[in-house]
Amino acid sequence: MKLVMAIIKPFKLDEVRDALTPLGVQGLTVTEVKGFGRQKGQTEIYRGAEYQVSFLPKLKIEVAVPSAIADAVVEAIATTARSDKIGDGKVFVFDLERAVRIRTGEADDAAL
Amino acid sequence: MRTLARALPFAAAAFFAAGPAFAEDAKVDTGDAAWMLTSTALVLLMTIPGLALFYAGMVRKKNVLATMAQSFAITALVSVAWAVVGYSLAFTDGNAYVGDLSRLFLNGIATNWDKPFTLGSGDAAVAMTIPESVFLMFQMTFAIITPALITGAFADRVKFSALVVFSLLWTVLVYSPVAHWVWQPAGWIAQLGALDFAGGTVVHINAGVAGLVAALVLGKRVGYGHDNMAPYNLAFAVIGAAMLWVGWFGFNAGSALGASGGRAGMAMLVTQLAAAAATLAWLFGEWMTKGKPSVLGAISGAVAGLVAITPASGYVLPGAAMIIGVVAGLAGFWGATALKHWIGYDDSLDAFGVHGVCGIVGALLTGVFAYGPLSASTAVPAGLSGSFDQFVTQAEAVVAVIAYSAVMTFILLKVTDVVVGLRVSAEDEREGLDVTQHGERIA
Repeated sequence: MKLVMAIIKPFKLDEVRDALTPLGVQGLTVTEVKGFGRQKGQTEIYRGAEYQVSFLPKLKIEVAVPSAIADAVVEAIATTARSDKIGDGKVFVFDLERAVRIRTGEADDAAL
Repeated sequence: MRTLARALPFAAAAFFAAGPAFAEDAKVDTGDAAWMLTSTALVLLMTIPGLALFYAGMVRKKNVLATMAQSFAITALVSVAWAVVGYSLAFTDGNAYVGDLSRLFLNGIATNWDKPFTLGSGDAAVAMTIPESVFLMFQMTFAIITPALITGAFADRVKFSALVVFSLLWTVLVYSPVAHWVWQPAGWIAQLGALDFAGGTVVHINAGVAGLVAALVLGKRVGYGHDNMAPYNLAFAVIGAAMLWVGWFGFNAGSALGASGGRAGMAMLVTQLAAAAATLAWLFGEWMTKGKPSVLGAISGAVAGLVAITPASGYVLPGAAMIIGVVAGLAGFWGATALKHWIGYDDSLDAFGVHGVCGIVGALLTGVFAYGPLSASTAVPAGLSGSFDQFVTQAEAVVAVIAYSAVMTFILLKVTDVVVGLRVSAEDEREGLDVTQHGERIA
């Protein structure tokens, strides 16, 4: 099993979800996050007071998948979340040791 | 027992024209009283929730509740202080500088409670068509908003206990006397002939200057100029500013003290136009110089225009109101951006930059643009018109209020500092006033 974690632009969430469903992905966790990469920040001005906002709002999505479809999931996210502009985000893949569905006690691939 | 003293020397026609305010059998005018009851509610709405939201929307998340608490607590505190002593010091005859204690605890309010009220005595007395209860309640809402405006200057760092002590002292020792000077017929600025229809000097210059002194005495916020102090929720501020705008119709048109004649209507019209012109002036001024027309700029412009038209409403015509609005919008923009950074004080929410600067603009321009017929009365048939002499008189009133407010605010802040301490510790300031002062969080 693999855990795929991606940081994406917030407005890309629905597209990414729509691309993952046909691959057999059954669940997804989304978190609102802030961070910076090469995009750096933006300037905000309030009555003449300028602030460099270095952390921009992004979404972090986490999806646990069977190893067999991990590459397809990464590919789908990388394709749909791309706007070709700086700040599109990154995808990370981790090995996943165990998974348990709490309601039924099913384990590993059956729990995904 | 109150009679319309100034009507006595006049001929019978004028005498009967002023009839409703005369003598024992005089009746309260239902229309005037209804409008003044409405105006009173509108002006209270300006402070809670208007100003509370306006200010709370501009502070950081950790200080939102504390900022709202300041307006709310002042509302309660000043209401009681006004009934106990504030009203008496402001609006009883006394001498030229302060009223007497004849209305202590609203003593005597039960006499003539259902009769029209006459403010002051002698030739300058102002005969109204509303009962004293309505007049004193209307004035109470002005006394409430004035110290609440000051809180913008020391937001984010003042102790709640200090706020309570200072606001109480300031209301009784600064607001009440200044209101007496300007609005009580016996007051020395009223005698001087300075015009202030709804509180340019009494409310806005008074509060703005107090704010400047408070910002200087308390010092800058921890991290000022370095940390990000961006507003937590400007949507609160937009809603608050919109409520201030609407409430201001009570403030200005209500200062006609009735709905009879055309004065309240004209005051409402010029209020709207000045606010609109100032909004556009700030917005476009910012757009041209900073690149973007900000929402905070637009609402700040509206408040700037409302402040500046306050002394002028009831004296000026629509064209002058739009000029006053444009000047105020640009002056406020300059006050809150250039002036503040140039001098280097930390007036958190620009109590001085907006209320002080635009209050001065409005008070002075009232002396330029006043249109006589709007203020015509039996005592002054030609009314009061703009002129160089009037401008000078306005300037004298402005300087007097600035000087008194600055000196007294400084003294009262020092007294407060000795009694309870003015400022929270740096640690508490970093943690936020919501948790350290009130033990609560918004979320």
